[in-house]
Amino acid sequence: MILNYIKIAWKVLLRHPFYTFITLFGISITLTVLMVVTSFMDHLLGVHYPEGNRDRSLFVTSVVQKDTTRSSRSSSPMSVRFIQTYLKTMQTPERVGMTSMFTFANAYVNGKRIKLFTKYTDADFWRVCTFEFLDGKPFAEQQIKTGDQVVVITDDFQKQYFEDDGKTVIGREVEIEGLRYRVIGVVKGSPATRPYSYADVYFPYTVPKSNYERGNMRGNFIAILMAKDKSELTTMQSEFQQAMSRIPQSGTEYGSKYTNFTIKAEGYADQYMTSFFGDDDSRRVFFFTAVAIILLMFMGLPALNLVNVNVGRMMERASEIGVRKAFGAPAKTLLYQFIVENIFITFIGGSLALVFSFVIIQLINNSGWIAYADLAINPTVFLVSLAVCFLFGLLSGVLPAFRMSKLKIVDALKS
Amino acid sequence: MIKLQNVEKVYRTSSVETLALNNINLTVNKGEFVSIMGPSGCGKSTLLNIMGLLDEPSQGHIEIDGRRVESYQDQKLARLRNEKLGFIFQSFHLINDLSVLDNVEIPLLYRNTSAKERRELAREALEKVGLSNRMKHFPKQLSGGQKQRVAIARAIVGRPEIILADEPTGNLDSVMGNEILAILQKLNADGATIIMVTHDDSMARQTHRLIRLFDGTQVQ
Repeated sequence: MILNYIKIAWKVLLRHPFYTFITLFGISITLTVLMVVTSFMDHLLGVHYPEGNRDRSLFVTSVVQKDTTRSSRSSSPMSVRFIQTYLKTMQTPERVGMTSMFTFANAYVNGKRIKLFTKYTDADFWRVCTFEFLDGKPFAEQQIKTGDQVVVITDDFQKQYFEDDGKTVIGREVEIEGLRYRVIGVVKGSPATRPYSYADVYFPYTVPKSNYERGNMRGNFIAILMAKDKSELTTMQSEFQQAMSRIPQSGTEYGSKYTNFTIKAEGYADQYMTSFFGDDDSRRVFFFTAVAIILLMFMGLPALNLVNVNVGRMMERASEIGVRKAFGAPAKTLLYQFIVENIFITFIGGSLALVFSFVIIQLINNSGWIAYADLAINPTVFLVSLAVCFLFGLLSGVLPAFRMSKLKIVDALKS
Repeated sequence: MIKLQNVEKVYRTSSVETLALNNINLTVNKGEFVSIMGPSGCGKSTLLNIMGLLDEPSQGHIEIDGRRVESYQDQKLARLRNEKLGFIFQSFHLINDLSVLDNVEIPLLYRNTSAKERRELAREALEKVGLSNRMKHFPKQLSGGQKQRVAIARAIVGRPEIILADEPTGNLDSVMGNEILAILQKLNADGATIIMVTHDDSMARQTHRLIRLFDGTQVQ
């Protein structure tokens, strides 16, 4: 029976090429935008290279110290001392990785300046992240302890700095900000949209210029607490809360007093939102409500337009409705038929949208706007798109289908 | 087979009330071939629509195969139409987007019939009306007579006991009209009860019984 409905839907599409164009154009453009946006959101917040353990990690990215007597507030990442004392000693995490936020540096090749993003990390950072080593290996605990001037670089930086002579660069030296470092590893780079792993060059945090010893609580480092598996996230969170509750609320930092502090360990998406909205939940609610309204309008307006087109198109088929009813189709079955047809048409639009989205995503990935961009139509994006197609089909099909299924047989046959 | 008691049909608009059928009482027995005649606008098609459960009377009772249908809801009425009734319309009402075979299959879509069985029954019905060589054609590729034969195949594919034909030869020339009548007579001879609205006296004379309407009232 469904095949019969689909045959009809296909023929109806072919009958009016202009309407078909308008309908499919509306559906495919709407869905393309939604799919590209979904893909971008997934790129930002999903589990992707080289942060392949995001789904079993909590991120501790900042500490906020307040002095209520002076209404002052200081917020920054943490010091190495704080991470080592309170986070590295936690029992639940499998690993606690530590990295600085990226900083800028310069290197010179034949008098030409290369602008760089650099990071200082510990050895566990390489275990918490899932970097692909194209050559060499990450620095080890011993090299951190001895403050070896070694470095892990990205393939992109390798191309810029070294001549492409096909030889390994492991063991060769790079000069950055006047200091020489020995290359021990080359990794495939991370996109700039992943700030906790993105850099061109990674140093051990104990090398000169890292300033890792400064600060009591606040500093320049963030910590990634990686649980053994997802199920331990809650336990890890509890242990984190307990550990933080044991720290005295007041103290002195960089010569200023604070009367209390707050610190959070959050999943990646939550901390991403916190970085935009702070701790103010009402701002978050407002933002998501606004996004929901915009999305609803974005889908609702073309759906309304499609309702209109559908009503017109279905009216042309009144005689068919009359015949089907006369030969025993109940209103419910006709309602189902028109919804199936509409969903079929929406899925054609969805397929076109899939092609358009693929092209746009490839353009974004290859344009160089985002280094190492890896936007993709992965199963999550595809399933979301499928659900959106279905919702769109329902939104635009139910009302006209309901109206048509209620037509009186004699009136339908007279049309 | 079909029994109408005190059936009335009134069409109402905000300002006008038109009595289309007035106190109709009639019975059509199993195996009968009945024709309904009368001038244009006398209520023939309205009567046929009410007998075929395509329209509701304003008053009165209808019995189909011993069942009073006034209280039936959409689902039950649809099932009764599907199992007991077959329709042939003057303007064929074929679905142009579907092939001849797909058109004939329509009544079977609303039964628990497998796709294979549907195909077989539709082929059989088309063979009965002499159109087995046009199964893959589309309605637009057929002549008027062929279209009406497809419509007859569609009406009989579900083996209904009653066939209601609303001026089935109205859009055809006399040769084609006679062919269609011959098919209907054959179906009647095979056991189907047929009720046919017609303008054509000579056709009506070839049926078992004639019901004549005038201004919504049964006069014969």
